[in-house]
Amino acid sequence: MMSNTTWNLDPSLESTALVQIKPQYELFIDGKWQAPLSKTYFDSINPADETHLAKIAWANQADVDLAVRAARTAYTNVWSQLSGAERGKYLFRIARLMQEKARELAVLETLDGGKPIREARDVDVPLACNHFFYYAGWADKLLEAFPSQNPVALGVAGQITPWNFPLLMLAWKIAPALACGNTVVLKPAETTSLTALKFAEICQEAGLPAGVVNIVTGYGDTGAALVAHPDLDKIAFTGSTAVGKQIQKACIGTTKKLTLELGGKSANIILEDAPIDQAVEGVINAIFFNQGHVCCAGSRLFVQESIATQVLEKLKFRLQSIYVGNPLDKNTDIGAINSKKQLQTIERYIQLGLEEGAEIYQPTCELPSSGYYCKPTLFTDVAQSARIVQEEIFGPVLTIQTFRTIEEVVQKANNTPYGLAAGIWTDKGARIFGVSQQLQAGVVWANTYNKFDPASPFGGYKESGFGREGGLHGLRAYLKFPN
Amino acid sequence: MLPPRNNPDLLSLLAKSPAIDQTGSIERVARIQTRSLKGAAKLQGLRMALSMIDLTTLEGKDTPGKVRQLCFKAQHLHDQTPDLPKVAAVCVYPSMVGVAKKALGDSGIKVASVSTAFPSGQAPFSVKKDDTLFALENGADEIDMVISRGRFLAGDYQFVFDEIAAIKELCTSARLKVIFETGELDSLDQVRKISDLAIAAGADFIKTSTGKIQPAATFPVVLTMLGAIKDHFDKTGQMIGMKPAGGISSAKLALQHLLLVKEVLGEAWLTNEWYRFGASSLANDLLLQYQKQLTGKYQSAAYFSID
Repeated sequence: MMSNTTWNLDPSLESTALVQIKPQYELFIDGKWQAPLSKTYFDSINPADETHLAKIAWANQADVDLAVRAARTAYTNVWSQLSGAERGKYLFRIARLMQEKARELAVLETLDGGKPIREARDVDVPLACNHFFYYAGWADKLLEAFPSQNPVALGVAGQITPWNFPLLMLAWKIAPALACGNTVVLKPAETTSLTALKFAEICQEAGLPAGVVNIVTGYGDTGAALVAHPDLDKIAFTGSTAVGKQIQKACIGTTKKLTLELGGKSANIILEDAPIDQAVEGVINAIFFNQGHVCCAGSRLFVQESIATQVLEKLKFRLQSIYVGNPLDKNTDIGAINSKKQLQTIERYIQLGLEEGAEIYQPTCELPSSGYYCKPTLFTDVAQSARIVQEEIFGPVLTIQTFRTIEEVVQKANNTPYGLAAGIWTDKGARIFGVSQQLQAGVVWANTYNKFDPASPFGGYKESGFGREGGLHGLRAYLKFPN
Repeated sequence: MLPPRNNPDLLSLLAKSPAIDQTGSIERVARIQTRSLKGAAKLQGLRMALSMIDLTTLEGKDTPGKVRQLCFKAQHLHDQTPDLPKVAAVCVYPSMVGVAKKALGDSGIKVASVSTAFPSGQAPFSVKKDDTLFALENGADEIDMVISRGRFLAGDYQFVFDEIAAIKELCTSARLKVIFETGELDSLDQVRKISDLAIAAGADFIKTSTGKIQPAATFPVVLTMLGAIKDHFDKTGQMIGMKPAGGISSAKLALQHLLLVKEVLGEAWLTNEWYRFGASSLANDLLLQYQKQLTGKYQSAAYFSID
């Protein structure tokens, strides 16, 4: 006998009371808030309900110039004169302050970017803190990290971060740069500046010497001005492959050291002997984490034909218990799409998938009436030659292909200009090593996905970029080794 | 010693049991544990949990007096709070079934009896059979049998299967719960294997533990068993019940278990026909939290009867 119990969760909203958002933010240059010389500001909105959050300064070339000058002065006069142990102290202090303000940072990240509070609270903020703790520990051990190699700071780094993990990407960039003795000018993405600006307040509170960290907010033109600035020693960029290519061109013929962490279309591969229920959960995590706004998202699923029907049925069932909606609700699994522009991009790809003849599955769930939302979407009956299989969608859209042999799936997984990450699911240890050695991807996860740790390097192959962030490799990106 | 003799059909059934990854199982559970229950949904969850309890006493020192008191509690959880549900069943040793049956009368609360040389299961089949028949003759509505864990670990799957099937045959109208004692089974792969075996042998319910061994009803174990129930349902359309037992003593844990059921099996299982908690001290914490949810205040535990 089937019962007709329904048990729906009541809303459980995280309070926004402890978050203070100023009506207007200036540029953070030389340890002070400075009105932009550009005299222009742009609006930051909450993608969950399209409400206005704050006005934010839009830096132009002259503003960037001021910021780079402040960073250079701080590098020459202060930061490069400090011992590693002293630099480490500041980083530890910043890490602790971030921990103290963890709840505030998490709520701010959710308000500004639309990600579920559960993820901001359990993933973004703790990981960002851990990156500062991790690199704080290296600051006075660079000689041990690179014995007999004479590691020396580069100087001033220009850093550009994306909108998908605003605070975490800031941590990935600023923590190793400062630990190695560099000063930085960071430009956050225009839709998600608020946690970077909150971070500037934390730097002030930590007593970080003026000019060591400078935050210039703005759109792509601000980023372009930063990249083109002649007095930078290093550019670190995380974002789209298209912009990455422009940056690489802009750096040609300069002495700037460059690391790029770009797009991806990562393969998640389930072999027939895999732990199926855990693999299904891994697929959910791989593609729907952060609304699919993840450069290493497992957006191409490959399932061995003998278990394909079962896996698909399980995926569809699992989608029924995914909560899509208000990111501040503690039960929300998929929050708001970061911007109207990105929602339009995703919707265009969903339309394209339909035009390409793929079969679509979306669960029946109600979306909020305002704000930018997209249902979790599965596409089956897709071919390797379909554009939705080849191009990065950066949303909660999964394409599902089947395969017969391991040789076939390795070929298909590698048949992409990208090479950021991959996942392999099998109960056989030997297969894990066999397959992962053949995959052209910077990270291969086995029987798990989207695992990050400050001690583990992260970065891409091919058009997914070059250079590594995290771990010892991440230090190397901010050092030179003169003999 | 001769190798165990297993029927090829049984072996091919067990070969189909999927691998279970422990790390992934723990992560799945952690995700459920961050769910937040508020307001009406929490009240509803607490009521459901109360109605799913198999109120249990399984002690060497059990007496008719103790069992009668427990049966009264089963019918009157906390009369000061109106409209509370009753528990699903009272769970006792076979020797106490008659007492419980009489004390519960026509309350609608079932009498469950442990059986087959509970808790170890280390007795000849003839003893297990008599044990079960005695409970049934005294009016048990449900039989909670233990499997022969030693035989299972030795690879003697046929023996374990046949034993369950034979007890099932005795339970003509009673429902059969099969206890695995997962704390003795080593791995989640084994838990999945015994779940598939017991369901194939005729279990109406599968149950984690006797309550005598730690660890008992851990979340990864329960998740694994729910997975077996789900796969069986997808294949055959037949529902199997689930009973975690041992260690679930707080409302918080119970509610998390129910959320797990909701997401892994679906809402059809959210009834005491298909889901039970084997517990002796859970009821009072549920009552305490229920009261808190209604009044906004925590009562002293002294206001709730211990049995």
